[in-house]
Amino acid sequence: MELQSIIICGVGGQGILLASDVLSDVLIDAGFDVKKSEVHGMSQRGGDVVSTVRYGEKVYSPIVGEDEADMILAFERLEALRTLKYLKKDGKLMINDFKWDPLPVATGTLEYPEDVFERVKRKTNNIQIVDAVKVAEELGNIRVANVYLLGVLAKEMAVKRDIWESVIKRRVPEKAVEVNLKAFDKGYSGN
Amino acid sequence: MKKLLSGNEAIARGAWEGGAHFGAAYPGTPSTEILENLSKYEEVLTEWSTNEKVALEVAIGASFGGARALVAQKHVGLNVAADPLFSVSYIGVTGGLVIVTADDPGMHSSQNEQDNRHYARAAKLAMFEPSDSQEAKEFTRMAFALSEEYDIPVLIRMTTRTCHSKSIVELGERKEVEIKEYQKDFQKRVILPSHARKLHVEVEERLKKLKDFSNNFEYNKIEWNSKDVGIIASGVAYQYAKEVMPEASFLKISFSYPLPDKKIEEFLKGVKKVIIVEENDPIMETEIKAMFPGYEIHGKDMIPMINELNPSIVRESINPEEKKEKVDLGDIPPRPPALCPGCPHTGVFYILNQLKAIVAGDIGCYTLGALPPLNAMDSCVDMGASVSNAHGLDTVFRKLKGEKKRVVGVIGDSTFFHSGITSLIDLVYNKGAATIIILDNRITAMTGHQENPGSGKNIKGEPTKEIKIEDIVRAVGVEDVHVVDPFDLKNLKKVINDAIHTDEPSVIITKRPCALLFRKVKWSPLKVIPDKCVGCKICVRLGCPAISFRDNKAVIEPTLCTSCGLCADVCPTDAIVPVDESGTNIRDYWDYDEHVNNRDKEVK
Repeated sequence: MELQSIIICGVGGQGILLASDVLSDVLIDAGFDVKKSEVHGMSQRGGDVVSTVRYGEKVYSPIVGEDEADMILAFERLEALRTLKYLKKDGKLMINDFKWDPLPVATGTLEYPEDVFERVKRKTNNIQIVDAVKVAEELGNIRVANVYLLGVLAKEMAVKRDIWESVIKRRVPEKAVEVNLKAFDKGYSGN
Repeated sequence: MKKLLSGNEAIARGAWEGGAHFGAAYPGTPSTEILENLSKYEEVLTEWSTNEKVALEVAIGASFGGARALVAQKHVGLNVAADPLFSVSYIGVTGGLVIVTADDPGMHSSQNEQDNRHYARAAKLAMFEPSDSQEAKEFTRMAFALSEEYDIPVLIRMTTRTCHSKSIVELGERKEVEIKEYQKDFQKRVILPSHARKLHVEVEERLKKLKDFSNNFEYNKIEWNSKDVGIIASGVAYQYAKEVMPEASFLKISFSYPLPDKKIEEFLKGVKKVIIVEENDPIMETEIKAMFPGYEIHGKDMIPMINELNPSIVRESINPEEKKEKVDLGDIPPRPPALCPGCPHTGVFYILNQLKAIVAGDIGCYTLGALPPLNAMDSCVDMGASVSNAHGLDTVFRKLKGEKKRVVGVIGDSTFFHSGITSLIDLVYNKGAATIIILDNRITAMTGHQENPGSGKNIKGEPTKEIKIEDIVRAVGVEDVHVVDPFDLKNLKKVINDAIHTDEPSVIITKRPCALLFRKVKWSPLKVIPDKCVGCKICVRLGCPAISFRDNKAVIEPTLCTSCGLCADVCPTDAIVPVDESGTNIRDYWDYDEHVNNRDKEVK
């Protein structure tokens, strides 16, 4: 199998690192060589967060170069645009339809671009827009938004659902397993 | 058993497997998690030291005592520890001594891009360079034995990518090593000039022997493939090059000082040309070119010296014709990090901005006070420099130019313990009069909440003596000392304003736990009353991430607001009301004594 690279991006505090931990565990259980990379530090203070997961028979670099990622899962609109340079031409882009103003926008110095969905088409037409906040609210737990988004990603990957289920069961607190699996399935089934 | 580990976790595991007895560090990104993870192993005693120099000295003491010891720090931390580093190179070890330096190419979280491979050369020490977590674990384990065999402290050079990337590691078991019997060795450990002259001879002999080790080390490995191009690479750069040049021959350097000269010569003879792929400085390139003139050797003529590498940079550097056309995605507003909602530092910088003080800053979360909209910091040099920079500035303004005092130094609690104390003594001793504000948020916050001498707990969370900053400050001779609540803006402004208008040194300690430490306090998000909001943007100037400005009105995001109440304090039209639905003033949720004194009950 050829080397695959997935980027999960968003804003510090959105549960990105947990999501990429689950993804890595799933890929290890599926028998792949896996490398995962992210940067800690300044990004914890409301900055942007990018986590890269690469898998295949043998992985060398833990990070991906520009125009080389197969898929991007963006937890926030603007971060989709910021990370897009890493996506292959016509790679798959999944965007959570959520806006989080960065400080220069919040203070009124800069404008939040309204044309994110148009701009991303310059790089790819393989776009899926989902509303994780809405789904999570319907399920009565805003914190399952990231697991729903993992379900959306899982649908695009050739890994058995059982493996996802066992990793989610292992990773989330026992009382939250049911709602997290529901959220995952919403994304996985695409409705 | 196999496990996905970060490089930092792998180093801790390798130290444990290698029989380490002791570990010490001062936190610093990207190295912090090494000691955090090492502290989880029962067999290893660990401590957060007050700074990197102290950490290394404590570890040297542990080595004298016959124990295997590990120290870890970020690249600039090794500058702080450089003095004992150069001495212990001559002195050598009793128990194995392993020193991890975590460099930060790309400066994700640092003030410079220094390449600490230079330290191995300058201090004449052995150096390993792991390229993934498996190697980080293995090399750390091996480093202890090597250190004892060659009587040398061993450096392990990590980078942000090898520290924070996770890859699969085959776990091993701990090999218990006995602590050696203590023996006095005056001629070796007392580094008098007469002793050091003899020791220097041994140091040079040791390096010669280590060159043999390097040539025979199985991880310094030639991988023959196409003979057209040979790549020499170390660290994570090897992984990048291997990915983009799978057809090339490789000489992977894992033990990088001293370099394996014989293997390098064999490799140079076997390929038509060589490209050295290394991050930052041309260290291997310079040495290899000097050792072997007459070969076609490329390096920094292709590979950039600035910023961290990645696979596409390596590919495009080696094959410029593969450069792809970049798609223009338009302007993207940056998302700079900011002080958190409810951060106890925010009010201090808001007031310093208002007072137009000259502010010498320091290293920590609070360096973000330099950024818009707070704009309240004029300089930041290194750990502890706020106090001494402020004293230098004040000396010029007040003593040389005869102007009024207006200089403030701002330093965090952990940074003050790290290296602010000696600077403060200098200021008092030399009749300085700058005002020093110590932001005491009860924890080392920037690196992810490590305990420090002021927090009353050690690395394992066990209670220990809490060292009071105000006691230190008074003890070194500062008489004008204030301990204030940074959420009480009115008082804070008065105290700062008074302090900068006296002709004696003054210290203001602002005391409130970090907002991220204290999530369990009941809070009640503040709201803006739209009819009363006149759109003056004064609250926006706090730089609070919970406050945004839409349709000419301030808006507070309820999921982010921690109800610190600063915005209500600064609002000139009372459009933000600090009273919740039950009629309770939100201040009552933030009872100062309860908040500061009962932190331990609330945390974790």
